[in-house]
Amino acid sequence: MYVCYDYGRRSALGSFFDGSKAGPPYAGDPRMSGRLQGPAGGSPSGFLGLQTSSFTDFLAAHSPGLLPGRMAPGAPAEVAPGQAIRDLPHATTIVAATCEGGVVLAGDRRATAGSMIAKRDVEKVFRSDEFSAMGYAGTGSVGIEFVRLFQVELEHYEKMEGRSLSLVGKANRLAFMVRGNLAAAMQGLVVVPLFVGYDEDTDRGRIFSYDVAGGPYEEHRFHSIGSGSLFARGALKKLYVDDMSAADAALACVQALYDAADDDSATGGPDLTRRLFPVIAAVTADGFRKLSEAESEEIAEQVVRGRMTHPDGPSVPLSNG
Amino acid sequence: MPPQPSRLPKVKEASAVSMPFYVSPEQAMRDKADYARKGIARGRSCVALQYAGGILMVAPNPSSALHKISEIYDRIAFAAVGRYNEYENLRKAGVTYADITGYQFDRNDVTARGIANWYAQTLGTIFTESNKPFEVEIVVAEVGARPGDDQIYRITFDGSVTDEPGFVAFGGQADQVSAALKDRYSEGMTLSEAFAAALAALSAPGNGERTEFAPSQLEVAVLDRARDHRTFRRIRAARLEELLQETRPAPAAEPEPESADSATADGTPADSAPADRTPAGGTPADGTPGTTTPSGPSSPADTEPPTGPAPGSSDRGTGLGGGPPSSPL
Repeated sequence: MYVCYDYGRRSALGSFFDGSKAGPPYAGDPRMSGRLQGPAGGSPSGFLGLQTSSFTDFLAAHSPGLLPGRMAPGAPAEVAPGQAIRDLPHATTIVAATCEGGVVLAGDRRATAGSMIAKRDVEKVFRSDEFSAMGYAGTGSVGIEFVRLFQVELEHYEKMEGRSLSLVGKANRLAFMVRGNLAAAMQGLVVVPLFVGYDEDTDRGRIFSYDVAGGPYEEHRFHSIGSGSLFARGALKKLYVDDMSAADAALACVQALYDAADDDSATGGPDLTRRLFPVIAAVTADGFRKLSEAESEEIAEQVVRGRMTHPDGPSVPLSNG
Repeated sequence: MPPQPSRLPKVKEASAVSMPFYVSPEQAMRDKADYARKGIARGRSCVALQYAGGILMVAPNPSSALHKISEIYDRIAFAAVGRYNEYENLRKAGVTYADITGYQFDRNDVTARGIANWYAQTLGTIFTESNKPFEVEIVVAEVGARPGDDQIYRITFDGSVTDEPGFVAFGGQADQVSAALKDRYSEGMTLSEAFAAALAALSAPGNGERTEFAPSQLEVAVLDRARDHRTFRRIRAARLEELLQETRPAPAAEPEPESADSATADGTPADSAPADRTPAGGTPADGTPGTTTPSGPSSPADTEPPTGPAPGSSDRGTGLGGGPPSSPL
């Protein structure tokens, strides 16, 4: 039995509950790949025939307008990034360092719009699922959508398949999503994530970086992205010790963020007057844990205290001897 | 002449075969409903019931991989009986519905009512429009912030939805199991009390004649009110064994009237109003068979005050996130 789908009016979600939409809800888009088409598999009703374990694929088939960084229909693809896009709030520096049995991810709190500070308390480090976390640098609005989509993507897979993706599977999935944003990135809506997670198979933390065309590139020991990443990575290079404890890794990350804020105008340092401190998350065998305000405050104050006497931070021995 | 009369009926028969029979819509619907009902009744019953710490779902299921009970969203679970391929299809569609609603609006905007309505529409459409109805019965449960906000919906093969306050038994010999569960259900039970009630109901006569369940034959899950984010937890292996142990001493310590067999052995007919038993001392497994108060089939037993929060409601170990793990720092 075939049901007549009304593709033309498929739009917002509300429309098929109030009866304004003819035909069953969640009909497939005939322009997409064959396996996603509506009544395939003898399933007569709605998105019973539209099942995929990838939420992003489902979204692309069902409502592509909901994908992050989606340009307004009809917008010319070959335009130079305009002033409007340059002036969107941009999120800046993220650092990550592996530690004993896990990985630590930290981000500063500043978002800039051109030369202006757009926001002082923005959060750029998120839980993506129980054993992974991500941060992003780039256009804030697209980044937020990215994080939300990736969170749903991982959870959707888990619910559909009854198991979690492997860590590398998650990293690859994120690469496809970043790649999907390439057209928008070319127009200026650049967003680049940094993905970290605990690998249950090898019992260690791993770091994956991306560029606008995808990835992933696995990074060893530590990595940093965003406008202050040059300075942060230089600092981490000197401070990082193999198999440091999670607490030490968090301290090293905050030191690196301080150095980034020292030399990069778009990265914010610890804000002692407003009590705004870097967001720090640790992912270990126990799962994702975001440090409480008090914990990150303590680490940040320790760093600032040290800088009162040594503004350039801790020094490392000149020779390896 | 002999050939003439024999040829005439032959022609008549041929024309009768090529002509479509008229089947009244009533008859067609009745046939479909009977077909679906028979398919569903072949399986075993499942139960879902409220306890102080959330909602408990129990299903006899020898498979540990092909689930009857699953997570739909943060506070919403799905349980089904009938044909696996059909309800699995519906489960996945429900997950997709919930995920896109939550992604497009907010996680709080995904409600059991919305999902139950979607299932009702879908099953109703399939029932009326296709030749073969789905042989499934579905329960959608949502745990609220307070017990009063909990919701349990039951959706049948033809798309009718019923709101089942407190508890529901569905699939298989649902009437008998429901009557047995009604006897034992009370508001604010602990997890182990609720589990004992569920097991007793599932071993009601007519539902497979089984009184002892091994952990490997049960699928048990809870929606845990105390958790943030994703509240769905499966109760497996060690924790399930523990729960079963907690239920076993009860019949041994108390006289037999409690056991499911004697409770319903006097042939409680499926359609008669089940009797409320007054539980004593907060344990529903302590009913007195003499006190029978007939009540309507839709009103849950509410004779017992809440017995406080469930002590054993924090089941970890599925690694699905939610609660704060111990500090790595």
